[in-house]
Amino acid sequence: MSNAPDVKSPETPAVTPVRVVIALFLFAPFVAMLWVGSYAKTDPAFIGIPFFYWYQMAWVLISTALTAAAYVLWQRDQRARRSARSEDGGVAQ
Amino acid sequence: MKDGVNGVALAVFIFFFLAVTVMGFMAARWRKAENEHSLDEWGLGGRSFGTWITWFLLGGDLYTAYTFVAVPAAIYAAGAAGFFAVPYTILVYPLIFTFLPRLWSVSHRHGYVTTSDFVRGRFGSKGLSLAVALTGILATMPYIALQLVGIQAVLDVMGVGGGENTNWFIKDLPLLIAFGVLAAYTYSSGLRAPALIAFVKDTLIYIVIAVAIIYIPIKLGGFDDIFAKASEAYGQTNPATGAPRGALVPGDANQWTYATLALGSALALFMYPHSITATLSSKSREVIRRNTTILPLYSLMLGLLALLGFMAIAAGVKVQNGQLAIPQLFETMFPDWFAGVAFAAIGIGALVPAAIMSIAAANLFTRNIYKDFIKPDATPAQETKVSKLVSLLVKVGALVFVLTMDKTVAINFQLLGGIWILQTFPALVGGLFTRWCHRWALLAGWAVGMIYGTVAAWNVSSPTQKHFGGSSAEIPGIGEIGYIGLTAFVLNVAVTVVLTFVLRAAKAPDGIDETKPSDYTADAGDAGVQVELPPATAGSSH
Repeated sequence: MSNAPDVKSPETPAVTPVRVVIALFLFAPFVAMLWVGSYAKTDPAFIGIPFFYWYQMAWVLISTALTAAAYVLWQRDQRARRSARSEDGGVAQ
Repeated sequence: MKDGVNGVALAVFIFFFLAVTVMGFMAARWRKAENEHSLDEWGLGGRSFGTWITWFLLGGDLYTAYTFVAVPAAIYAAGAAGFFAVPYTILVYPLIFTFLPRLWSVSHRHGYVTTSDFVRGRFGSKGLSLAVALTGILATMPYIALQLVGIQAVLDVMGVGGGENTNWFIKDLPLLIAFGVLAAYTYSSGLRAPALIAFVKDTLIYIVIAVAIIYIPIKLGGFDDIFAKASEAYGQTNPATGAPRGALVPGDANQWTYATLALGSALALFMYPHSITATLSSKSREVIRRNTTILPLYSLMLGLLALLGFMAIAAGVKVQNGQLAIPQLFETMFPDWFAGVAFAAIGIGALVPAAIMSIAAANLFTRNIYKDFIKPDATPAQETKVSKLVSLLVKVGALVFVLTMDKTVAINFQLLGGIWILQTFPALVGGLFTRWCHRWALLAGWAVGMIYGTVAAWNVSSPTQKHFGGSSAEIPGIGEIGYIGLTAFVLNVAVTVVLTFVLRAAKAPDGIDETKPSDYTADAGDAGVQVELPPATAGSSH
């Protein structure tokens, strides 16, 4: 195996729109959660719970949905690649 | 606190405790494999767990009794700052979605049982593998001690912990019994015991949370009242610091701390040996990915639990030791029998992770210290025997720690453990994606991160403690207050990258990589991936 510094992954995957979407889905929670200033406030409250708390708990559900979507897309992507590879008689690594 | 022993609660607690003890011993016969004397079998449950068992096991493992006591306790003490646990657990899942399946694949191809096994195979460096193993063991031990602290808190509130004046033996007897039971069934059943008990633990916890989150707010007059009272309490000046006790929402100055704590903790969580143990015991790569979509259920639970901290304030719970806030809230609000159920949930919640953690630490010792450095020709049966003994020793060590030292020592070490374990990230996760980093550079980066993190944590003082007063300090060059672990991690990566350039230019010898690119994407059913692998170390001869 090569050790050249520019080799990122041995099986350098082509960047496809689907993969970009998967990456965005997985990255979105980081932006939302680490940008604390965007949600550090008490209003609007939900059934008496300040915004700061219910918003983050809502993100548990949103990130779950995003990860689940990423999982489904990834499964499809893998299946498509596998069938493409067997049709071509094997793609170069 | 009510005087004397809460008889009804204690009876319910003992009932559940006995039930899980019986389960723990019967677990040895559950999904039994042909070869019970291999480390795979005892230490990874035969690598046979499907989505749901893995979910229970991981949940039982990551959301420990200490979490249940400490997160609301932090909220009770200071408000918003304690809620970082929620964004932290949100960030964990997208992260592990990307790297854990690769670790699963390569481990199943090469029969790796621990993260150090992988690091040694990938970088051909026993030194780096030893560093990872030692960090893992060091970081896990105080974590086990904290589980025992969790049990102690519950026993105290039930009145069986005894007061300050009771004889130490009577005072610690209940803890000793709980500990003996834990040690015995881990020894006999291995990872199967906590996997089975995790079902009971999670069911109890879910019931308690569901009831608590509906019943307590109704009794306290709704969330509006709860937060109004909490807000008022946080506004009062703390005589020790001269500053307000806390805040409902983090101010500008605290936002960096909040974000870096969430990110740093998320990066660290799956470096802990016990979370890797639970992951590798699953039967396929897909089980892991599927789990990242259902594990967040626990985060929701954690968020609801954190709200209990506000309820403790609103209910007028006043405790010196914040750890007792939630057990005390349960005893105040719930009828005795249900308080017993809640206590059992916390108590059993301590046993599951303590068992998995001691197994994980023992695996590390056996594979990466005993076998690599002491007895290279150990047979699988010998490995299992050593692992079982070490898991016992680790637990005894944790017990001695809790009984002889101040509780704050355990908490300080746990804090340090988090900082330390994060320093293994570049070697482990970096190694899963690229072989570019040089093994010596990784070792140097690790050392720098460990030293910086330890020194920085030592220098943090709080009104009550001179050293180890917290986990945040000023980030050099930025000037904001941030999580020390994350700063140390950035330093670690910087050193690794710079030294790799230097070492590559100097043509320093690179270790031998025994893995192939296809190893990282292999799944169950692919060639070379067996459900059960014999421990495949270079020295094992049959």
